[in-house]
Amino acid sequence: MKELLEGSQAVAEAVRLCKPGVISAYPITPQTHIVEELAAMVAEGKLRAEFVNVESEHSAASVVLGAVATGVRAFTATSSQGLLLMTEVVFNIAGMRLPVVMTCANRSVSAPLNIWNDHQDAITVRDSGWVQLHAENIQEALDLHIQAYRIGEGPKIMLPVMVNMDGFILTHGLEPVDIPSQEQVDSFLPPYNPLYKLDVENPLTLGPLVDPDYYMEARFAIHDTHKDVLRLIPLIRDEFQKAFGRSSGGLVEEYRVKDAEKVIVAMGSVCGTIKDVVDILRQKGKKVGLLKIITYRPFPSLEIYKALKDVPRVAIVEKAVSLGSYSPLLSEIRSVFCGKKNPPVISGFVIGLGGRDITIDSIKEIFKRLTAKQISEEYIDLKPELLGDEFV
Amino acid sequence: MKEIRIHARAGQGAITTASILGYAYFLEGKFAYAFPHFGAARMGAPMNAFVRVDDKPVRLRCQIYEPDYLLVADVTLLRGFNCFKGFKAQGIAIINAREGSASGEHKPEQKIYLVPANDIAMETIGRPLSNTALLGAYVAATKEIKLDSLIEAIKHRFSAKAAQQNILAAQKGYEYIIKCLDQ
Repeated sequence: MKELLEGSQAVAEAVRLCKPGVISAYPITPQTHIVEELAAMVAEGKLRAEFVNVESEHSAASVVLGAVATGVRAFTATSSQGLLLMTEVVFNIAGMRLPVVMTCANRSVSAPLNIWNDHQDAITVRDSGWVQLHAENIQEALDLHIQAYRIGEGPKIMLPVMVNMDGFILTHGLEPVDIPSQEQVDSFLPPYNPLYKLDVENPLTLGPLVDPDYYMEARFAIHDTHKDVLRLIPLIRDEFQKAFGRSSGGLVEEYRVKDAEKVIVAMGSVCGTIKDVVDILRQKGKKVGLLKIITYRPFPSLEIYKALKDVPRVAIVEKAVSLGSYSPLLSEIRSVFCGKKNPPVISGFVIGLGGRDITIDSIKEIFKRLTAKQISEEYIDLKPELLGDEFV
Repeated sequence: MKEIRIHARAGQGAITTASILGYAYFLEGKFAYAFPHFGAARMGAPMNAFVRVDDKPVRLRCQIYEPDYLLVADVTLLRGFNCFKGFKAQGIAIINAREGSASGEHKPEQKIYLVPANDIAMETIGRPLSNTALLGAYVAATKEIKLDSLIEAIKHRFSAKAAQQNILAAQKGYEYIIKCLDQ
């Protein structure tokens, strides 16, 4: 059924269709509408789940950890400081191999306090073991939530999945979306039935103390499972397309990359703006393209290598930083080409931090700056008048 | 592609206006992307909401800098705040203001309509919620969508009494512009 929905409502619909037994969350802008909507669905009896109100994100994450540990599908959502407060539990959820699904309504991190969009929150927990997916638009956000449970709950996977969607831009924007039927989702997503769960009849321990004799193997196992996730995600995308009739998800999406001389690599909603700019420049005969990263963890190195190996100039356009070093995506993509013959010239651009608007001109400027000379890393749309003389 | 920029103060219902307008376009088979931009997120602070409409899915995610159409929910925003910034040379603006108010400086081919939407709202809704009256005026002034689509969108948004009142407000806003055009 097609509807014009706010991104948050669309995600709530997706979650409802996935039938979680437990939802727990603490409200934080711009995630709030998602969990408000779900709370209303539970109160109105449209969703048979227990909605657990908690006093903090740390508790919200702990509640869904416990729920999934007992074999119940669960959902939570957060943003920014909320994710940071959860971080301890976020690592535990992955370490205990519990396939929680969480929406991260991406928002900048304090200080200074800022409620608007960038990717710093999700990037900050990139090493936690969670699968991290990024949505470009509201339909993709809806679809990725359905896929997320399939990916995470795979018997050989058993890992949590974070679906990232840009705060305000997608959470508070309205767009036409296709809401699948319950039957469609039921036949795509079987009930959660884990091999191991907390059960008083068959006691077991999750997340115990392990000494140096055991710890490394537990960590290695998660790392190695991420390789399986890389193989699984394209299969889930294909199966989703067969079941729902549209392509959503996957590892990366190539947009007019074949024959391109300049390609931007980016994640999330800015990819839509970049696609429009690519079309504008292509009409003028400029050979440009976009490589959209959908799956950020596990990192699809091989797909990125294949997509970019014949592209002379590449721009990594990123809404996050690693203060004191190169930005995360830039470092990783440069390392993909380390030691390879004739690698592209890879330049780095930081953009849109704290919700600074990313315009058509911002993207055109990046394409323009992609010359044969590598740009180590540059911040786009900085306001020099706000910086002291020592920065100029 | 058409781009609509709404100027309002936080609390005046700009997001509701954008979502109703987006829905009316959606009912006519168009692709709409309606989205807000919050400023300080305080009641009364100037804020924008936007609607971008096309025959194909809208991918562009930036704010609207060169609107085809403007909706100004509060005439006081014209003071010390350039609502007309980037306004297209042949654009159409609907401003919530009584007849004879200063409509701000604009280019010769731009059409500026002053609609007493607060008066209409007081008469129909009983509160100065100007949004649906402005949307009715928008439909008449731009001829972008049918009044019926707007009425359907209002029904979708509000229930029972509120829907009736807002439909009346939209009709009166619509008729106000038709009368202006006839003169």
